[in-house]
Amino acid sequence: MKMDKKKIFAVASIGGHWIQLLRIAKPMEEKFEVVYLCTHPKCATMVEGHQFIQIEDYSRWDAWKMIPSFFRMCRIIRRENPVAIISTGATPGLTCLLAGKMLGKKTIWVDSIANVQHLSLSGRLASKFASRIYTQWKDLATSKITYAGNILGE
Amino acid sequence: MIFVTIGTQVSFDRFIKIIDEVAAQIDEEIVAQVCQLGFETKNIKTIDFLAPDEFNELFSKARLIVSHAGMGTILLALQQHKPIIIFPRVAALGEHRNEHQLATAEKFKELGSVYVAMNEEELKTLLLQNDLRPLAEIGEYASRSLIEAIEDFIG
Repeated sequence: MKMDKKKIFAVASIGGHWIQLLRIAKPMEEKFEVVYLCTHPKCATMVEGHQFIQIEDYSRWDAWKMIPSFFRMCRIIRRENPVAIISTGATPGLTCLLAGKMLGKKTIWVDSIANVQHLSLSGRLASKFASRIYTQWKDLATSKITYAGNILGE
Repeated sequence: MIFVTIGTQVSFDRFIKIIDEVAAQIDEEIVAQVCQLGFETKNIKTIDFLAPDEFNELFSKARLIVSHAGMGTILLALQQHKPIIIFPRVAALGEHRNEHQLATAEKFKELGSVYVAMNEEELKTLLLQNDLRPLAEIGEYASRSLIEAIEDFIG
């Protein structure tokens, strides 16, 4: 009997975060139904054949936008009902994880490989609540922050 | 063609100025994706906004990529086996929110997988070399161990 694939969300901002996310989520498409969420509509062309949802863009400098965004994320999560949410950043990804956490979903933060000295601010916030936190640098791993490899594939 | 990119968030005039200057000595087309550029370039073509597909087209046509130390660009270059020179934005000069590009650049210099210019002199020297080759290759995806760890956790 063919089982339906579990649905997961993969969410990131355009740029480095998005490129890193694809390198993690693309190979997971075999096991999971991946829904992609990104801050730029044109990124949809990079995940053709998959559901794509555009999300609001903002940074910590216009962080008030997190509030309406948070409620919209909650609606999207309720509607789509993924089992887990993965984000590589930045702030909108963090918001989505928080919404997912509130709704009882598994939440996974993979901190950007650009953060070589310490976790990003979003990563540090995510580590307060997310189910799993990954760093891409061995020397940043702690009891709570896992290193299991990086997006370079080494 | 040499493709220059500074990402999408803030201007990076110091970088574009250096390239525009050295471009006078380079006999090759240089196209730069910029934003909020505060001066007129003399020797290079600039484009203000590029949609991802236009960006990808220029990127894949280019012989050499010259970029701020942004991970997206570094990854694309490594994926497409293009030589890339990175030049970090400096937050102390108002070019970024924090100094993570300096740290990224230092780390990649250590890894030896891309060309790194930490200052104007180094950038000019690298730009004038015409034998830059890709320094590293990466596969299509992240580490198998990372993907499996996440998949196992999701269950």
